[in-house]
Amino acid sequence: MIKIENLCVDFPGFCLENVNLAVAKEEYFVLLGPTGAGKTVLLEAIVGLIPTKGGKILIGGRDVTGLPPEKRGIGIVYQDYCLFPHLTVLKNIKYGLHFHKIDETEAQNRLDEILDQLNLRSLVKRLPVNLSGGELQRIALARALMVNPSVLLLDEPLSALDPNFRGEIQSELKKLHQNTGITFLMVTHDFSEALSLASRAAVMNQGKIEQIGEVSEIFQRPSSPFVANFVGMKNIFFVNFRRTRALLDNLELELGREIKNSRGYLAIRPEDIVVSKEKLSSSIRNSFQGIVAKILNQGFYYEIHLKAGNSVFKALITKGALFELDLKEGGCAFISFKSTAIHTF
Amino acid sequence: MKKEIFLWTTIFSGLVVMTFILLPLIHMVASPSWENLKAAFGDRDVIKSIWLSIYTAGLAAIISFIVGTPFAYLLARKAFWGKRFVESIVDLPIVIPHPVVGIALLGVAGKNHWIGQILYELGIRIMGSVTGIVTVLTFVGMPFYINTVKDGFESISPRLENVSRSLGASMFSTFFRITFPLAWRSMVVGMIMCCARAISEFGAVVIIAYHPMIAPVLIYERFEAYGLKYSQPVAVLLILICLALFLFLRILSMPGKKEV
Repeated sequence: MIKIENLCVDFPGFCLENVNLAVAKEEYFVLLGPTGAGKTVLLEAIVGLIPTKGGKILIGGRDVTGLPPEKRGIGIVYQDYCLFPHLTVLKNIKYGLHFHKIDETEAQNRLDEILDQLNLRSLVKRLPVNLSGGELQRIALARALMVNPSVLLLDEPLSALDPNFRGEIQSELKKLHQNTGITFLMVTHDFSEALSLASRAAVMNQGKIEQIGEVSEIFQRPSSPFVANFVGMKNIFFVNFRRTRALLDNLELELGREIKNSRGYLAIRPEDIVVSKEKLSSSIRNSFQGIVAKILNQGFYYEIHLKAGNSVFKALITKGALFELDLKEGGCAFISFKSTAIHTF
Repeated sequence: MKKEIFLWTTIFSGLVVMTFILLPLIHMVASPSWENLKAAFGDRDVIKSIWLSIYTAGLAAIISFIVGTPFAYLLARKAFWGKRFVESIVDLPIVIPHPVVGIALLGVAGKNHWIGQILYELGIRIMGSVTGIVTVLTFVGMPFYINTVKDGFESISPRLENVSRSLGASMFSTFFRITFPLAWRSMVVGMIMCCARAISEFGAVVIIAYHPMIAPVLIYERFEAYGLKYSQPVAVLLILICLALFLFLRILSMPGKKEV
């Protein structure tokens, strides 16, 4: 449905370089990346709001690169909703109908359907001012869906919402995607949103796409240190490989499989590392003693930084486990992890 | 304690400013007798000159609205090479001494310049005409309009326009359906600013068109010929009429309860 070929954008203060991307029809695709990665610039280039320097944008096989935004048939929903403040909720939702030739009965049926689906009937006469974030986001979605776009672009639709509304809008988005059959392309910096909403994703960094694939694949098998760090693999080390082992300074890690490259990266999720006071008597083959360098309170969890050899491993434990293990900064502890928890690239 | 000293310093400076502005004005408004004011109000020349001042200033504001609005939008929305320079040119009429404005306009509108020749052949007179007065007032008032409206456009998120276009609206439709309704207040304020500046203009107008007489020229002439006593009632009338007019426009442009 969306095909981007060698897209280059030279926007003041920002560049996109040779972006290639393909999103299938009716797919829920997520563009991931930290702030400043170029996600919104790419989104606005797809809509036609930013001029491109080179490359092609195809929507449903049609080359739209030179077309103005109003001729592309792409809807966009921004994180700050961008409702027209001088129009009532109903006029906001029906705004796009002024520019689309839609039969009146069909338009009314579509309006009724959308109002019911997004539970907006009680708000139609109100102005956007004083409505809650969740309500504003539902109205923005309704307005975009009213003109039945072939593609809907969502620019961080959940980030401005407080946690109570976030779950509500998240399930709303999922339902809308299933019911409408519209292709969704969503931008977010939160990987957990991608995990719960999308089937495929692309990770962007500094105007380039670092990795594209199934969300689960990106989560489990990141292809670069940047992506590994982005998906929460906080233990990333550059190592030498010797057949089934990885040499990390003076530590030898058992991989359980042979690696052909002589050098490369390995990454381990902090939640896959077990912290204990004594060496575990189990089948886990990687177990090292170290010194607790830092204990960071992260709300429900504690992040333990443990120095083994010359490397610092990061592990997550619960508050209960912290007291049970009686861990103190400067004290000794063991870290253990399975060979299957080690990702190499 | 320190906080109070600071507060009192700000209040004191406020009082100094208010006294500086209001004292001469109140004194002037209070000086003419009721009879003198009534006589000025009945004087056809006075009423004609005040009306000429108001309607030429109004025309300058309308011209600024028509020509200045698209230009203010361009300055608010687009980044281009030399933008700072262009903005400085827009501000130029504010800083040029007023008689210089008159002399500069005469230079191009006179018969010795090709523009002046064309205007002459078209039957358009600048020297000593209402057209000339409107030209001068537009010249001095337009920067105030453009700057105010530019700020107004800048305060509207370009994303609202982006969404409108993604919904199928052309740039023209987007401007008239979204940007204009959100920016009209700044346009009214800009027109008030432009009008206010135009009504107060004297130095440039006196060079281009001594006759027909706008109110500031008439006030000057009466002061020169008859002294303070005869010029004050005309000035008071001009102040009162302008105050009422601007107050009305300000109230008109205030946001309604729903929009606050």
